Amino acid sequence: MTTTLPAYDEVVARYEPVIGLETHVELGTNTKMFCGCPTDFGGEPNTRVCPVCLGLPGSLPVANKAAIEAIIRIGLALNCSIAEWCRFARKNYFYPDMPKNFQISQYDEPICVDGYLDVEVGGETVRIEIERVHLEEDTGKTLHVGGATGRIHGATESLVDYNRAGIPLVEIVTKPITGTGALAPDVAKAYVAELRDVIRTLGVSDVRMEEGSLRCDVNTSLNLPGQEWGTRTETKNVNSLRSVERAVRSEMLRQASVLDAGGRITQETRHFHEDTGDTTPGRSKETATDYRYFPEPDLVPIAPDPAWVAELKAALPELPRVHRRRLQEQWGLSDLDMQSVLNAGAVELIEATVAAGTTPAAARKWWLGELSRRANESGVELAQIGATPTQVAELQGLVDAGKLNDKMARTVLEGVVDGEGSPTEIMTSRGLEVVSDTGALTAAVDEAIAANPGIADKIRSGKVAAVGALVGAVMKTTRGQADAKTLRELILERLGVQG
Amino acid sequence: MSDLTRMTATEIASLVAGGETSAVEVTQAHLDRIAAVDDRVHAFLHVDTDGALAAARAVDERRAAGEELGPLAGVPVAVKDVLATRGVPTTVGSKILEGWRPPYDATIVQRLREAGTVMLGKTNMDEFAMGSSTEYSAYGPTHNPWDLSRIPGGSGGGSAAALAAYEAPLAIGSDTGGSIRQPGAVTGTVGAKPTYGGTSRYGLVAFSSSLDTPGPCARNVLDAALLHQVIGGHDPRDSTSIPQPVPDVVAAAKLGATGDLTGVRLGIVSEFVGEGAEPGVMAAFRESVDALTKMGAEVVEVSCPTFAYALPAYYLIAPSECSSNLARFDGVRFGLRVGDDGNRSLEEVMSLTREAGFGPEVKRRIMIGTYALSSGYYDAYYGQAQKVRTLITRDFTAAFERVDALISPTTPSVAFSMGARTADPYQMYLADLYTIPTNLYGGPGISVPCGLSEGLPVGLQVMAPTMADDRMYRVAAALESAVGTFTPPAL
Repeated sequence: MTTTLPAYDEVVARYEPVIGLETHVELGTNTKMFCGCPTDFGGEPNTRVCPVCLGLPGSLPVANKAAIEAIIRIGLALNCSIAEWCRFARKNYFYPDMPKNFQISQYDEPICVDGYLDVEVGGETVRIEIERVHLEEDTGKTLHVGGATGRIHGATESLVDYNRAGIPLVEIVTKPITGTGALAPDVAKAYVAELRDVIRTLGVSDVRMEEGSLRCDVNTSLNLPGQEWGTRTETKNVNSLRSVERAVRSEMLRQASVLDAGGRITQETRHFHEDTGDTTPGRSKETATDYRYFPEPDLVPIAPDPAWVAELKAALPELPRVHRRRLQEQWGLSDLDMQSVLNAGAVELIEATVAAGTTPAAARKWWLGELSRRANESGVELAQIGATPTQVAELQGLVDAGKLNDKMARTVLEGVVDGEGSPTEIMTSRGLEVVSDTGALTAAVDEAIAANPGIADKIRSGKVAAVGALVGAVMKTTRGQADAKTLRELILERLGVQG
Repeated sequence: MSDLTRMTATEIASLVAGGETSAVEVTQAHLDRIAAVDDRVHAFLHVDTDGALAAARAVDERRAAGEELGPLAGVPVAVKDVLATRGVPTTVGSKILEGWRPPYDATIVQRLREAGTVMLGKTNMDEFAMGSSTEYSAYGPTHNPWDLSRIPGGSGGGSAAALAAYEAPLAIGSDTGGSIRQPGAVTGTVGAKPTYGGTSRYGLVAFSSSLDTPGPCARNVLDAALLHQVIGGHDPRDSTSIPQPVPDVVAAAKLGATGDLTGVRLGIVSEFVGEGAEPGVMAAFRESVDALTKMGAEVVEVSCPTFAYALPAYYLIAPSECSSNLARFDGVRFGLRVGDDGNRSLEEVMSLTREAGFGPEVKRRIMIGTYALSSGYYDAYYGQAQKVRTLITRDFTAAFERVDALISPTTPSVAFSMGARTADPYQMYLADLYTIPTNLYGGPGISVPCGLSEGLPVGLQVMAPTMADDRMYRVAAALESAVGTFTPPAL
C-alpha cells in the first residue's frame, strides 16, 4: 500500500474511535487445567503430557481447583459478579495443536461478569468496564521446520509440542470503550498495564508479555461523530505495552485512510508487527468458523460456595491503585511527581529500594534520573535496565557513609548497569573511593591554598562562597575521589574560617 | 472336573480360592473354547492369550503365597473394545483406531486387574458403540449363539455373545442407549447399566459423554452384581463420577434370589406394553409379571407419556456429543493416517483419514450432530432435546414416587436376522426404544432373561431410581429364581 497515512491529529478530529481488549493470562498453577501435568516452562517437547492433555481416546478432564480459585480472585479484583453456577463449554474446530479438536472454554456462562477497572490516563481516571472473565485451556505449539520462514508455507515438516496444551488460561474481555478520542491508544496501554499489575499483585501469574503469559488482542473501529460504530478489526500478536499503544494508533490511522478514500473496513483479524509497528490482514471473520459451542458434558458445573467467594474477597491483597495512593502519601509526593514515577514504571522499583533501606527521595532520584536516562537511551523498560533495587540501595548506602560522592556514585552505577558487579565491588575494582585519609587530603588542601593565595584571601575576608574554587582545585588533584562536603569543611578549617 | 466354561463366576472363584482348580486351568479352558467356536461367533476382536495366562499365573502365585483373594479372583472377563487397555489393541470396532495400543488402562480395567480377574481379550462392537446389532463393526459382525444367522444385539454384541457361547463367564459392556441391556435380552444373558456416574468412564472411548455408562454382563444376576461391585464406585479421574459407595448390589441379588418380593411395588410402563412389541415378547413379559406378583410384588401400570419422545431426543443429544467427541480422530497423534504423501495439506490428510476411517453409521451421526449444534439450529435441536430430557427425568421421578422400580420388556422384538435392518436406520434405532429413556434420565437398568419366544430369548428390563441399583438387582434375581436361566443350543 502506497497511500500516505493521514496525521493522527486530523484523524481524531474527524473520527471517534471505539476500542475493546481481550487479554489472555496464563495462570501460574503448578498443574494444568484438566490434568496433573506440570506447567513449568521450557521442558523438552512433549515431556509435560499425559493421556488427558494429549486428548487420547477415553481420557477425561478434571477441573483444577487452584485455577478456579485464581480466576475468582481475578474476577473479584476486577469488581465482577461471580456466578453462583456456571459451566464449561466446548469450542469445536480442527487444528493440530489442539489435541481434542475442541477447546474446553466457557461460552454463555462465564464465571465472572460485569466488572470494571479504573485506570489513570493523563491525570484522569478512566473506568474500563469488564464484560466477562472466563477460564479455558491453552493449545499446544506448532513448529514448521525445513522452510526458510518458519511458517507452514515451504516447510517440510510440522512438529507439535503439547507441553503447553492444557495450561489454564484466563480470558478477560472489556466492554467497548468509547469516548476516549485521541487518548484511545494511551487508554489501551494503561488498561493492560493496570491489569497486569493487578494480576501480578494477586500472585496468580507472572504476567510476562514477552514470554506470552499475558497476551493481548485489540479491537478497533472508527465512526463519524453521532453515527453508529464502525466495523471493527481484531489485532493479534500484540506482545508489549508499547505495542498495545502502537497497534491501536496504527489501526486508527489505517482505518481512517481507508474511510477517507471512500472504502469500507473489512471485519477481519490483523497481525501486529513489532518491527514496523503496523498491521497486516489475517483471516477474514466474514467467513467465520461456526464453533458449535455446547456445554462440556465431561465436566460438572462450577458452583462456588458463596461463603468461599466471600472469604477470597476478604483476603484480596491491597490492589495497585490503592497501594499507589498509600505510597504517594508515604513518600510525600505531589500528584504530578507521582505521575512521573508512574510514567517511568518506577513504583515497584522505588518501593523495593526503599524497603532495602534507602529514603524515598534518594530512591526516586536514582530511578527517575540516571537509570531512566539510561533506559531511554537503550530503549528498554526501566525494570529491565540491569540494576536492581538492592544494588541501588547499596549504592546510596555508600554515598550516605561518605565513601562515594555523587559523581563517583554515578560512575559506579554505570558499572552496575553494565553488569560489572555490585556497587561495592565496582568501587573497589575501579579504585573509586572518597579520599578519607585526612593526611593526604590535608596536604592536597594546603597545596591548593598555597597555589591560589588570592582565593584564599577572599575566603579569609568572609567571601565563603569562593571556597568552591578551592574545592574544584582539590578535586582535580585527587581525581574526584574526595567528598565535596568534607573537603569544604577541611578547607575552611585550614583557613581558620567558620563555615 | 466338569466343564469349567459352563460354570458361574461365583463357582469358578470358589474353586480357584479353594485350590480345586487353578486360574491358569480356568483361563486355558476358556481360551480353548474361544479357539473352538469364535470363528463362527466372532465375539472377539482380539484375544490376549499371553496376557490372560500371565494374569492367571499371578493369581495362582498369590494364592500359593497365602494371600487373600478377591471374590472374582481367577475369573476370566471379556472386555468390550471400547475400554482402553494398556498395551492391548483398542479399536472401538473402527478402522480409524486399527493398531492403536493405549498407553494406559481405563479405570474399570485397572480395577478388574486389581481384583485378580483375567482379561481374555477385547470383544466386538458396533463402531464407536453406534448400533444395535454389531453389524456396524468395521471388523465384521458377531453372530448370536442362539442362531448364528441372527444378530446378538448391539453395540455390545461381542460381550453378550461371548457369554452365551461360553467363551467367558463375565464381560464388560457400555450402555449409551441400551448397548448392554439389549444384547443381554437377545442372547439370554444378564446386562446391567449402572446409575450414570456409578461406574467410571475414564478410559471409555466416548460416544456420548452424558449417556455412556460402562457396566457388567454375566449369565446370571449374582455374577453381574459381583462384577458391578468390583468395577463400580467413585473415580477422581471422572468428574461425573458420583462420590458415594456402590449400593450393595450383591446383598440385593442374594436377597432377591430368596424369591420374596413382599412389599416391593413395581410399575409397568404403559407406553411400552402397547402395540410396538412382538406378541411372543409380550407373552413372556406377562408370564414374568405373574411370577413377580406371586412372589409378593405389587404390580401396577404407570404412564410415562414423555417416553414417546425419548428416541428423537436421544438421536439429537447422542450425535451432537459424538460429533465433538470424535473430532480427535484426525490422524495427527494416533491410529489411522491416510494420504500423508508429502504433497497434501494437513486438512486434506485429516479429511482423507476420517473419510477412510469412519464407517457409514458413524458418519451419519457425526453429520446429524454437527448440524444439530450449528449456529442457528442449536435451540431448535440440541436445546429442545435437552428440554425433553428434563421432562423424561420428571416422568421417572414422578413414577418413582409411586413405585420402587419400573419394568418393561427390554426390547420390542427377539433377535432379528442379520441384514434385516441395516438398510433402514430407523428400524435399527427402534431396537432401543425401551432402553433409551433410562439413559436420558441417568438411572440404572438391568435386563434379565424372562422366557423364550419361538426358541429365542426375551429380556425383562427393571429400571430403578438413580443410585438405587440394588433395587433392580433384587427384582432381577427374584425373577431369575422363578424362571431360571436359559441355555442356547450347542454350537
